[in-house]
Order: sequence, then C-alpha cells, then structure tokens
Amino acid sequence: MPEAQPAFPYATLPQQHEAAQLGMWTFLATEILFFGGLVLAYFVYHYGYPQDFDAAARHTKIVLGTTNTAILLTSSFLVAWAVTAGKTGFGRGAAVLLAAAAGLGLIFLALKGLEYSEEYRERLVPALNFSFDAAHARGAQLFFVFYFVATGLHAIHVAVGIAILLAIANRARQQRYSADYHAPLTVAGLYWHFVDAVWVVLYALIYLPGRSGA
Amino acid sequence: MWRNWIPFWHSGASSYGGDVDLLFIGLLTVSLLVTALLFTLLLTFAIRYRATSDADRGHRIKKSWHWEVGWTTATFVAFLGLFVWGATLYLRIFDAPDHTLSIYVVAKQWMWKAQHPGGQREINELHIPVDRTVRLTLASQDVIHSFFVPAFRVKHDVVPGRYQSLWFKAERTGVFQLLCAEFCGTDHSAMTGRIVVMKPDDYTRWLSQQDVDGTLAAQGSALFRELGCSGCHMGTSTVRAPHLDGLYGRPVPLADGRVVVADERYIRDSILQPRAEVAAGYDPVMPSFAGRVDEEGLIKLVAYIKSLANGAEAKP
Amino acid sequence: MSAAEPNYLTADFRLRSWFITTDHKRVALLFFATITLFFFLGGAAATLIRLELLTPRGDLVTSDVYNRLFTMHGVIMVWFFLIPSIPTTFGNFMVPLMIGARDLAFPRLNLTSWYLFLIGGAVTLYALFIGGVDTGWTFYTPFSTMYSNGHVVLAVIGVFITGFSSILTGLNFIVTIHRLRAPGLTWYRLPIFLWSLYATSVILVLATPVLAITLLLVAIERLAGVGIFDPKLGGDPLLFQHLFWFYSHPAVYIMILPGMGVVTELVTCFSRKTLFGYKFVAWASMAIAAVGFFVWGHHMFVSGQSVFAGLVFSFMSFVVAVPSAIKVFNWTATLHKGWVHFDAPMLYALGFIGLFTIGGLTGLFLASLAFDVWVTDTYFVIAHFHYIMVGGMVTAYFGGLHYWWPKITGRLYPEYWARAAAILIFFGFNMTFFPQFILGILGMPRRYHAYDPALQVWNVLSSAGASVLAIAYALPLFYLGWSLFWGRKAGPNPWRATGLEWQTSSPPPKHNFIETPVVRRGPYEYTPDPVPQNA
Repeated sequence: MPEAQPAFPYATLPQQHEAAQLGMWTFLATEILFFGGLVLAYFVYHYGYPQDFDAAARHTKIVLGTTNTAILLTSSFLVAWAVTAGKTGFGRGAAVLLAAAAGLGLIFLALKGLEYSEEYRERLVPALNFSFDAAHARGAQLFFVFYFVATGLHAIHVAVGIAILLAIANRARQQRYSADYHAPLTVAGLYWHFVDAVWVVLYALIYLPGRSGA
Repeated sequence: MWRNWIPFWHSGASSYGGDVDLLFIGLLTVSLLVTALLFTLLLTFAIRYRATSDADRGHRIKKSWHWEVGWTTATFVAFLGLFVWGATLYLRIFDAPDHTLSIYVVAKQWMWKAQHPGGQREINELHIPVDRTVRLTLASQDVIHSFFVPAFRVKHDVVPGRYQSLWFKAERTGVFQLLCAEFCGTDHSAMTGRIVVMKPDDYTRWLSQQDVDGTLAAQGSALFRELGCSGCHMGTSTVRAPHLDGLYGRPVPLADGRVVVADERYIRDSILQPRAEVAAGYDPVMPSFAGRVDEEGLIKLVAYIKSLANGAEAKP
Repeated sequence: MSAAEPNYLTADFRLRSWFITTDHKRVALLFFATITLFFFLGGAAATLIRLELLTPRGDLVTSDVYNRLFTMHGVIMVWFFLIPSIPTTFGNFMVPLMIGARDLAFPRLNLTSWYLFLIGGAVTLYALFIGGVDTGWTFYTPFSTMYSNGHVVLAVIGVFITGFSSILTGLNFIVTIHRLRAPGLTWYRLPIFLWSLYATSVILVLATPVLAITLLLVAIERLAGVGIFDPKLGGDPLLFQHLFWFYSHPAVYIMILPGMGVVTELVTCFSRKTLFGYKFVAWASMAIAAVGFFVWGHHMFVSGQSVFAGLVFSFMSFVVAVPSAIKVFNWTATLHKGWVHFDAPMLYALGFIGLFTIGGLTGLFLASLAFDVWVTDTYFVIAHFHYIMVGGMVTAYFGGLHYWWPKITGRLYPEYWARAAAILIFFGFNMTFFPQFILGILGMPRRYHAYDPALQVWNVLSSAGASVLAIAYALPLFYLGWSLFWGRKAGPNPWRATGLEWQTSSPPPKHNFIETPVVRRGPYEYTPDPVPQNA
C-alpha cells in the first residue's frame, strides 16, 4: 500500500483531514438550514391547524415509520463501526460494514416506497388523489404536503448517501484508508449520521402527533 | 402651518400626516448633518493629506478605544432616539381610535371597490367627510394589493384570506390620489383611484344622491336568506346553530376550550371555514361557503351580523 | 520569477484547459466573463425600463412586457451579478494569494460552482427569453403561484441551481481561510478583505439554503396547487414573505460586505497608512453578518405582520446600521495624516464611502417605522438600495477591478481614462438615482410604468442620468480591453502595496508562489515605508 500523500493544495495530511471535516460540517450546516425552513413551515401550520395535523398524523403508517427508524439507526451504528475499523487499518471489515449499512439504506427506501404506495391507495396524496374528512381537510392536506416533500427530499439524500457509502466501501476494500489517512471515510460517515438525524426529527414530526395522550 | 410654505412640499392631509412629515424632517436633518460632517472630513483629509503636501504627519495613531467607543455610542444613541420616535408614531398610526365611520374596501385585479355602511358603492373612488375618523376594513379578492394614499402618509397591504384595517382622519377637503402599492399583475400601475374628501354637508348630500340597494346590513340580510343561512341560524330548524343576535363583539367559547372574540375576522372565517372554530356545545355541521360568496358578499354578511349586535334585526 | 516559469495564463493555451481548470485564478476569470455578460443583460433591461419611464403613459412597451422587464432586471442583477460578483472574481483570485496558499481548499468544487452557475443561468435566461416572468424578483405569493402566466417554475429552478453555486463558494472560502493560512498568518494579520469574505461566506452558507427550500415550495405550489401559500386552501401568503426575506435580507449583506472589504484594501494602500481601528473593522464585518439575520421583517412593516414584530425588526435594523457606521468612521480616520493618492482605485473607494453613506442613512429612514409606512413600495426604496448596490457595491467592484487589474492581467490600464470614467460614473449615478428619492416622497410606487404626469420631470432627469451611467460603464470595457493588448507591462507590485498577493509576479505563476511565504507582520504596514507581510 503506497504511502498516502496530501492532495493539492495541502501541505500535510492532518491539514487535509481537518479541511475535509470542516468542509463537511459546513455543508451539514447548510442542510440544517434547508430542512429547517421546511420544518418552520410545518410548525407554522401546525400552530394554525392543531386538530387537523393530529388527525392527519394518525393516518401515517407508524409501524413502517418506526421500522425505518430502527433500520437507519442500525445503519448509522454500522457506519460508525466501519469508520473505526477503517482508521485502524481493517479495510475489508470496514467495506463489509459500509456495504451492510448501504444495504439497510436500500431497505429503508424500499419500505418508504411501500409506504407511499399505501398512502396512494388510501387517497392521501395531495394533487393526485387527496381526500380527507371535510372537518380537517385543510390542515391535513398541508400536513401531507409537508410529509411528501420532507420525506421525498430525505429519500433523495439517503439515495445519495447509499452511493457514497458504496464508493467509500470499495476504496476501503482496496485498503486505501489507515490511521494516517481516513478523511473520506470520516466525512462520509458524518454525512450518513446527519441523514439519520434528520430522519429522527422528521419521525417525531410526522408519526407521533395525535397518537400520544388522550 | 409652517409646513405649508415650504416650496414644492405637499404637506400631509391627515391627522398624523403632519407628524410623519416632522419625522421626515428630523431624519433628513440628522442625515444632512452626518453627511456634511463626513464629506467635510473626507474632503479636508484628502486635500490636506494629499501625497504631495507637506502637512505634519507626526504622531499618527493606529487605533483609539476612546474614538471607537465614542462614535459607536453616539451613533447608537442617535439611532435609538430615531427608533423611539418612529415607533411611537407608528403605534399611533396603527392603533385605530374609536371610529365613527366604517367603510369596507375590496381590492381585486385591478380595481378598488368601496362599500359604505349605507349601501353606497364606489369603484376606484372613495368619498369621505373631512375631520371625521374613518376606519377602512380591507379585503382582497385575489392577490396581495396595497392601499396607499400618499397625501395621508398611510399604506397597508391587502392580503387575501384575511381582513386588514387602517384608519385616517382627513384634515383638508380635496381630491387625493389612491394607488396600489404592491405588484399585482398586468395593470398594477393602472390600479389607481381618488379619495374625495368633502365638507360634512356635501358628504351627506352625496350619500343621499347615490343609487342604493338598501344599507350594507340590509343587503347582508337579503344575502343571509338567499344563501340559506337563516335556515339554521334563525327561526325553527332541526339543526341546532348558534343564534347571531348580539353575537358581534362578544367573547365566544370554542369547542376546544379557547375563547375568541366574535369580530369581523371571526365572522368571515366562520363562513369560509366553519369547522376551524366550532362554538362550544355545537356540532361541526355547518357547511363551508367558500367559492359561493365573494369578498364583497362576505362584507355584506359581516355588516348584517354586526347590525344584530344590539339584538335588533335590520329592516330590509 | 524566471523567464522559463509560465504564469497561470500561459501555462496551457488550449481552450479545453480552461473548461477543466481547477486553478482558482482561471475559475475567477471564467466567473468574471460570465457575470460581465449578465451585468450587461441586466443593464439592457434597465435601459428599456428608463426609456419607458421617460413618458408618463405606458407607450413604449405593453404592461406585460414592462412587468417582465423589471423582473428580468431584478433577477439577473441580484442573483447573477451582485451576489456572485466580488466573491467569485476577486475572492476566487485573491483569497489563496492573500493567505499564501497554492489554491482554495477544494479546487474541483470551485469549478463545479462555476458550472452550476452556468447551468442555473442558462435555465433562468431560457425562462426569461421564452416569454419571461412578471412577478418581480421577489416572487410574492399568491400572485406567483396561482395567478401569474409567466414561466415561474423555470425561473425559480434556475435560481435554485445557482444557489448551490453560492453555497459551494462560501463553503470553500470558510475552509480555506480556516485551514490554509500561511505560517505566521494569524487571524489578526489577515487583510480586511478576507475578514469581509469570511463574514460573507457565513451568510452564503446559512441563508442560501432557506431560499432554496422556499423556491422549491413555490415551484411545488405552482405545479400542484396544494395550498402551501394559497389562502383559499388554508395557506399563508405571509409565510412566503418571511421565508423569502429571511434569505433576501442577509443576501444584501452578501452583496455589500465584499465591497467594504475591497474599499479597506484601497483606502489603506492609497493613503499609504495602516487601517485605523483594524480590530473594530474586522469584528464590525462579523457583526453585520450576524445581526443581519435578524432584521428581515423590515421589508414587511405594512404586510400585516404584528405590530410587535414591527417594533423588534425596526430596532434591530437600527442596530445593524451601527457596525457599518463604525467602518465609515474608521476609513475616514485612516486618511488622517496619510499620504493620499488619487489613482482610479482610490477615486472609486472615496466614491463608495460617500454613496454608501447616503444609501445607508436612507436605510435609517426606512428602518423608522412610521416613515416606512409612507414610502415603502415607492421609488424611495428603489433609490435607497441602488445607492448601496450600485453606488456602493458596483463602485467597489470597479475599484477592485482597477486595483487588481495589473496583478490579474500583468498589464497597466491607462490611468487618465480610468479616472475620467470613475468621475463620470459618480455623476451619472447620482443623476440617475437621486431624483428617485424625490419620486418616492412624491408618491410614485415602484413597478409602475405609467405615472402621474406631474412626476415626469424627475423621471426624465433619472433617465438622462442613466444614459450617462451607461456610457460611463461601457468606458472601462474599452480601455481595459485595450490595455490587454497594448497596456504597459506591470511589475509584481505597481502600487507598492504590502499584501501577499503583491509579493509574487504579475500575472502570478500557476501555483501562486515559488515558495510558501512566511508571514511576520500585519497587512497594512505602510509607514514609514511599505513593508510586505512576509518581509
């Protein structure tokens, strides 16, 4: 395995590593603001239509949603494990873990697709076939607009994440990462964890309202 | 007033217009002083310290906490003063005093439609009496417009889906421009009108000369029956619906525990989205009239229900 | 520099090498060409607008065409000229040079940023040319989502894509300034231009994503009509305004902060004196960026937002003006006991200080609640922001252009032509925009193409000024272009400035420095003699 050299224009590997991490954290900050704007809109309408939102949220598929949450959390655990493995030179181990995490990501997307098709069957898709009890239709439609936009955007981020994990897994398999050089691995891990964190927030906003308490 | 003899100046014609003008003069004075100071300094320094001059450049300073804190504090204090001045006047402009004359205005692409309580209707014109407080309730039929009367120094956006209000008291008779100040489509620049301020006698005469279909409340009463509202809300019916006598202006306990005041907004929203604020003790069975009644119709209904505030029904 | 060493321009003559370059200097030139094109497109729209406004009746173009013209002017100037301008040109070129690095932190991301800009620009231009958009650059709902018959979705997609270009540039600068500084270059030894770009980048990175999601929602609403901003379906038009201005107000600081940074470089170099109150100026830039996130509601004083919100936003708007005032005082104090030269860059810098002051003071007028009620949505606002954007930003841009021209091209521009253009720009500018303050006070709303005939004299003055301004802006095209072929060759440091960028050849070699500089002093040690930062 060749001695890793810092890429242009860096002088040392640690400098490159720190720059990559700072870059990823900055990028994640932009993502927080991006989803944040959407979440703000959610809260504004939740405040305006509390009962409608509760009624709409009760129609979400909590079993599927919870399963998906467990899947993503597990995948994040695998990714964290993979990063440690990669840092200590276990390239093949890291590759297997990353591939498994990507696989879980694929299952997540499949279940999401299943969920979407059920929602289509139940006429919960705004602009396509939305039909809801007239008493709560206004806010419920807004809820489901948020639901599809937020989970749709999230799913796109998951898909990109899967591609990244597989690409990094391939490189890990080729023993490209070590204690000295593992920036892409760390940074990919950060991105995946963030996608997971966004999901946890969305889970709370989408599946939980209207189901707790009386 | 002293403002009247400033050349080129059209002084404000409303009760708070003069104060807004004074604020403007204040801001202008501060700005002119600062600009003069700065330009003088820049010019003086640029000339005295031009490269070819042999002015004394000894004892240069790179920084000075005294100067920095000094000019920062001075700036901040001046700004604070301007903020308070503008804010207190703003609170007066938006806090309607007890009004005596309530007029409804509907904005739609690309015209202004005014409805007087006596049923008089105007398009792109608004006749009002001088020296009387007028409160306008503004509604939009379509997109966001903005009701702007430069002479009165007042403006407010007219946002669809809700009522806005603004008030003024004209202090001079005359004709003043009304302009739409929020871009609303093709003929935005043509959405202009006239505010005609008249002496009280002329105004009364003008009111009586208009072709009237009954007062606004009476028109509302007719619409109330035409749309079938009276079927549930009045007389005997199997459907239990709240009675509307004396409703306007009173607090209404809602089914979800909140208490709201039955104002114009509440009435309008109850007609368009009856399930949103159901009165306590009633079932959410009222149908929505969205799409079946436009903003002008809603205004008539609101005026009618307002007229029931004292418990007496308006005669048609 | 040895004769054998090529500079970044001569390193590779193939056209292809320009389109796959990752050299920050070449990317800067790619951006420079693109935004210049957009500047003239936006200017063409402005020309037609001012021509129409010569007469009170709408007689040059139809209402619909006029509405598309001012929308095109706004969209192009804001997103395709002002926002990218200094950061993607002088920022891209100078940031690595000023910090002693060989390139930005992520060179390939930089090129990606340009391609995204190009794609976004192409989509937007396509929308504008197949019929245009008539909503104004502010896309207020429900007009833009439910009523406009323009190509709204295409236009917002174009801007959406371009937003990512902004975000990547900001991200690149933040990481570069944090991690690639030369040995000895502490934060307090950075030129103020870099502090300004850093502050700008923070805004780019945090505000632009909110615009992205907002435009996405507008596109979805327009395509699907599901009620997000439509009051008839329960949506709130004011939610759009809050989301939009949450980005668009900080956006104006994205536009002006880099200009302020350039002016600081110019004032120090051409007064031959260190900046007065360096730390105050540095932190004032950060303060503007931070506080600028909390003032957006001052665009909505008459929109129907609560009175309480109005009070908070008015107060914060006064607060955000304080750091700008601090900078103006510090620049002025820098001239005191200096040796002032009046080369073209300095004329632009002085012009900036004057025009920015006027623009900024009129901002105070607008921050003042009761006064804003009167003049918001009138030509007073238009005059205010053009004083800052054109009188401030564009002036600073031209100042930087002349200052760094020798460094970028290796040629000197003809000084007397440049000074003449600077003075002509100053006069043309004031003649164009000062009458617009008066028009606003006299009650002319914005986005009107027909107006009260009594206002014609001011409109004619403004349009006359615009024609002077147009000529003045065209002049640099000619003499700068001339200088590329026949201008005197420039040495590494024609201005005898102290920054690191002047300690390498003009034009710089491909990797900027033969040897990484080691920094031993601050950025503006001009007295008694100019000492470079790495001496």
